[in-house]
Amino acid sequence: MSDEKKLAIIATKGTLDWGYPPFILASTAAALGYEVEIFFTFYGLQLLKKKIDVKVSPLGNPGMPMPAGMDKWFPTLFTALPGMEAMMTSMMKAKMKSKGVASLEDLRELCQEAEVKMVACQMTVDLFDMNPSDFIDGIEFGGAATFFEFAGDADITLFV
Amino acid sequence: MADFDEELDASGLNCPLPILRAKKALAGMSSGQVLHIIATDPGSVKDFEAFAKQTGNELLESKEAGGKFEFLIKKA
Repeated sequence: MSDEKKLAIIATKGTLDWGYPPFILASTAAALGYEVEIFFTFYGLQLLKKKIDVKVSPLGNPGMPMPAGMDKWFPTLFTALPGMEAMMTSMMKAKMKSKGVASLEDLRELCQEAEVKMVACQMTVDLFDMNPSDFIDGIEFGGAATFFEFAGDADITLFV
Repeated sequence: MADFDEELDASGLNCPLPILRAKKALAGMSSGQVLHIIATDPGSVKDFEAFAKQTGNELLESKEAGGKFEFLIKKA
């Protein structure tokens, strides 16, 4: 057992915005000398796909700032219109790029370079008939017990 | 700014990239060498303090000039 600090993260969300916290925290913790493991389950598994294809939805998300103060008057129902999600996603991506925010793929790669261990939830992979070959290389497959093996002596454990 | 051995321009990059790039740059340096970092992310001021405290690399200097933040970090 090492004397390194440990960070365990459970990543459960498969959206563009919620894909960031696991990778930002994991890569930063690794840079600070932590040993890190991320357990990806349910929709979080989207973050392990070779090509990350996630979106951000304005639907049911009243806290999301929208262009031209639209969030103040734009009727909630209209956020369900076809094309809204795609539009918001491309606007968010453009904004992130202009502000120097890394892409999810870049952050994930930095995590891999820093030897962040990534574990895909086997049960969810089976449940959704996901193809393991769609995932990036270097990940492991495991269940809840696998998570606790690491999280059991983690200093910090986060559920995202 | 005092003397330094390597320079890292992290201008235009946002959290956590300046820290990650600095970590990478320091990894390629030897103990006692000094890294000069330039950043534009205002959050980097606090972050480099925290980075230094947690990694043991010493933050020799931290200053702001014309919207740029500059740091000198000595590798432990």
